[in-house]
Amino acid sequence: MSYIIKGETGDWEIVVGLEVHCEVISKAKLFSGASATFGGEANTQVSFVDAGFPGMLPVINHECVEQAIKTGFGLNATINKKSIFARKNYYYADLPNGYQISQSDHPIVSDGYIDVDLENGETRRIGIERLHLEQDAGKLMHDQHPSKSFVDLNRAGVALMEIVSRPDIRSPEEAGAYLRKLRSIVRYIGSCDGNMDEGSMRCDANVSVRHPGEPFGTRAEIKNVNSIRFVMQAIEYEAKRQVELLEEGGKVVQETRKFDSTTGVTKTMRSKETAVDYRYFYDPDLIPLRLTDELIERLHKEMPELPDAMKKRFIENYGLTAYDADQLIMEKDIATYFEKAAKGHDAKKVANYIMGDLFGALNKLGKSINESPVSPENLGRMVDLINDGTISSRIAKDVFQFMIDEGKTPDEIVNEKGLKQVSDTSAIEKIIDEVIANNPDKVAEFRSGKDKLLGWFVGQTMKASQGKANPAMLNELLRKKLVG
Amino acid sequence: MTDLVELTVAEALDGLNKKEFTSVELTQAHLDEMAKARELNAYVIETPELALERAKASDERRQRGEKLGKMEGIPVGMKDLYCTKGVRTTACSHILDNFVPPYESTVSLNLQNNGSVMLGKTNMDEFAMGTANLTSYFGAVRNPHKDKNNPDKFLIPGGSSGGSAAAVSAGLCMCATGSDTGGSIRTPASFCGIVGMKPTYGRCSRYGMIAFASSLDQAGTMTRTVHDTAIMLESMAGYDPKDSTVVNIPVPNYEKALTGDIRGLKIGIPREYNPDKGLNSDVRHVWEKTAEKLKAAGAEIVEISLPSTKYALPTYYLIAPAEASSNLARYDGVKYGLRVDGKSLDEMYTNTRTAGFGKEVKRRIMIGTCILLEGYYETCYLKAQKVRRLLCQEFAEAYKKVDVILAPAAPETAFGKDDDSTKDPLKMQLYDIFTVPSSLAGLPALSVPAGFSDINGLPIGLQVIGNTFNEETVLRVAGVIESVSGMPYRPLRIGGK
Repeated sequence: MSYIIKGETGDWEIVVGLEVHCEVISKAKLFSGASATFGGEANTQVSFVDAGFPGMLPVINHECVEQAIKTGFGLNATINKKSIFARKNYYYADLPNGYQISQSDHPIVSDGYIDVDLENGETRRIGIERLHLEQDAGKLMHDQHPSKSFVDLNRAGVALMEIVSRPDIRSPEEAGAYLRKLRSIVRYIGSCDGNMDEGSMRCDANVSVRHPGEPFGTRAEIKNVNSIRFVMQAIEYEAKRQVELLEEGGKVVQETRKFDSTTGVTKTMRSKETAVDYRYFYDPDLIPLRLTDELIERLHKEMPELPDAMKKRFIENYGLTAYDADQLIMEKDIATYFEKAAKGHDAKKVANYIMGDLFGALNKLGKSINESPVSPENLGRMVDLINDGTISSRIAKDVFQFMIDEGKTPDEIVNEKGLKQVSDTSAIEKIIDEVIANNPDKVAEFRSGKDKLLGWFVGQTMKASQGKANPAMLNELLRKKLVG
Repeated sequence: MTDLVELTVAEALDGLNKKEFTSVELTQAHLDEMAKARELNAYVIETPELALERAKASDERRQRGEKLGKMEGIPVGMKDLYCTKGVRTTACSHILDNFVPPYESTVSLNLQNNGSVMLGKTNMDEFAMGTANLTSYFGAVRNPHKDKNNPDKFLIPGGSSGGSAAAVSAGLCMCATGSDTGGSIRTPASFCGIVGMKPTYGRCSRYGMIAFASSLDQAGTMTRTVHDTAIMLESMAGYDPKDSTVVNIPVPNYEKALTGDIRGLKIGIPREYNPDKGLNSDVRHVWEKTAEKLKAAGAEIVEISLPSTKYALPTYYLIAPAEASSNLARYDGVKYGLRVDGKSLDEMYTNTRTAGFGKEVKRRIMIGTCILLEGYYETCYLKAQKVRRLLCQEFAEAYKKVDVILAPAAPETAFGKDDDSTKDPLKMQLYDIFTVPSSLAGLPALSVPAGFSDINGLPIGLQVIGNTFNEETVLRVAGVIESVSGMPYRPLRIGGK
């Protein structure tokens, strides 16, 4: 099902390309030895290189290069053995050199793709045009003084990977799925923490509309959207705006727009006429970056298992559905948790408990999977207790809640609280007999043909057993006794 | 004791080793000479206390018998382009005239670690942009040489390392650092009658050197003899992890290269360096005479052709300003240096840069900015880069046939500060015509005094241009030129002895 905007002049298709800036996880900045860690008092992580002092020169940090290469593998892309850094020239107070060192026509990574899974089960392949390395700028603070702006250069020079998709995205949902997939890939690799709310992953969206089959329309670029949901909203709004404009006989102008998340509206930031000419040219302070086959091979060997491979493995090894596998692999930590919990246990059931009870409980507690009070080993053990009949799945709900509240092992909880399932025929029969004896009129009704009352008897006997009776046995025995 | 300023570096090292005098005495002699010659305006800042302190430390090292540097106790001048920790460094621009670097450039640090003693910062063209040392915020430098027909004429020393050249020539230091982007060492060396060497691009670190055009800038030496050049170059060159363009190869023992024997060496004479117009007859005469003398010394003279030479100047004047426009963007009033406030950020930028930069610097920033704009980038900048590659190839071809190339350093001798040519920036560019090709190709090139003009009595330098990282052959040939020319190498002491 493609995403179509119905207009008066016919159907409209949207065309989206995303540019995502990922802050590279590394100890030091891209071209200086200054620390690249987040936080820290203003201007405490700044070297003379970062501050653009006279005579200072950039020297490439190979840790950042390796992160970019690994990410390139994650994007199924070509790693370019020669790439070149270029200067993007513009003036701003947060840009100490008056230029940003970036890569223009020779990026370190090009021509890749990622496959994204949609809710309807479809898989879409989104092309990646390139990934290049560049420096982040500093930060301006306008709220420190009535008439002055302050500059914090802690972020100036931190490495970014700019990942540019091809204009292959056709719906807000695909954009969302693409971003989630990209985030999961960089997190698996450990090249970016992917936290959009902290700005370590930022997204620009290029949006245009067209009648299906026609050439691309003029695009508008929506800058710096800071959550996946907002990106989806911004695309939806912008596409509608463009369709309305075109249908009224107007023209879309190539411009930079800004998304206001409070109103859900995009607004003009600057038009093409006022666009800056960045005067790109190769940075003469740096020599072309050449990668050896040895380095590329070593990094390829070091690649962790990525979401796609893991998904495939989860389906094949654990018999999960594609949908369930997707849910589990989206976050590396969840996948790791699942594998630990599923090891030697009923993986499908473990998966269900993770996606149902565990996610629900963590959500309520506001905790991440790594902070889960239920350890993966305990969850696996609980599933064993269900499967071997020690507890019923109904009791399991209680056991699970105790595990969340008290953090104990399921065995401890079952023993302490006496929650062990009653699977002893005579014990269950005894309870049934009592219930039958106490409700002669209901028994008569049942026997006269009111079958529906069976459920009522099940409830009563289960209640009398404090929920511990083995439900299957209880059902069978009850039926026998009632029928007489 | 006054005669100490007459010594060469090699002689002074010998005297210091033999305990004939101390570094403090040697340093003091130069400080005294500097005081007598302030009219040259060779230094923009003198650092006598620091110098004497370092000289004393050097003497103590010598006294204690510690391991000594290659230039232990030798007083040097430092071009104001090199950042010197705690000593104001301005590139002779108003925009940096309050800038005191908290770090030391690698070249000045190497020299310091080799025991040399910095006397002060020498005058230069603003941001090394100039051929005559007329663009300095601190005023023009005077060449200590005199036109025999007009002794009162204020002669320029050449640029951009004009302060260093004048200081070395007049005995205000034993040697000095220069920097060469398109001839900034070789032109003033030729005009002031000293030896100036630009080594191969990538031989010396650019860390802490205020950038003009990064792909061309190279640190170099200004001395009174070729032997001193060898000593000084060895003391400042070498790999530096802080500069990605420095090549990680060992620095040879340059003194050993000075064998005085050039028998069998092939010396190329490029016919494109001998145009009908644009080369003065006195310079041509010295060039031809020198070639004859080298032939007599056993070298083979080979005529060669470097056909793209005529494109070198326009190529240089596209690439250098383009890089400069970007390199100088950091001087914006935000972080250090001059700031002239304004009502907005843009206005502050404009006010600061309008007040802070001189005319020539602004001219080059504007040209460079324009060249990098969409449209011009393809037609000007990329084309210039192609010509640059072509020039490199032609030189590479030439070095299959010859060992070094012999050429004039400048088309004429030092000219007057108020000559008409100094008013026309395009005419001024023509002075770089023989130096920019080797700059674009990154080759080692040295200017050595080879004779006096028969017209005005001023010194004339010749260039020896070598193959990449082959400074040794350049030095060897230059050493022979020095001895066959018989040019004086004692300083021209304008304050008298």
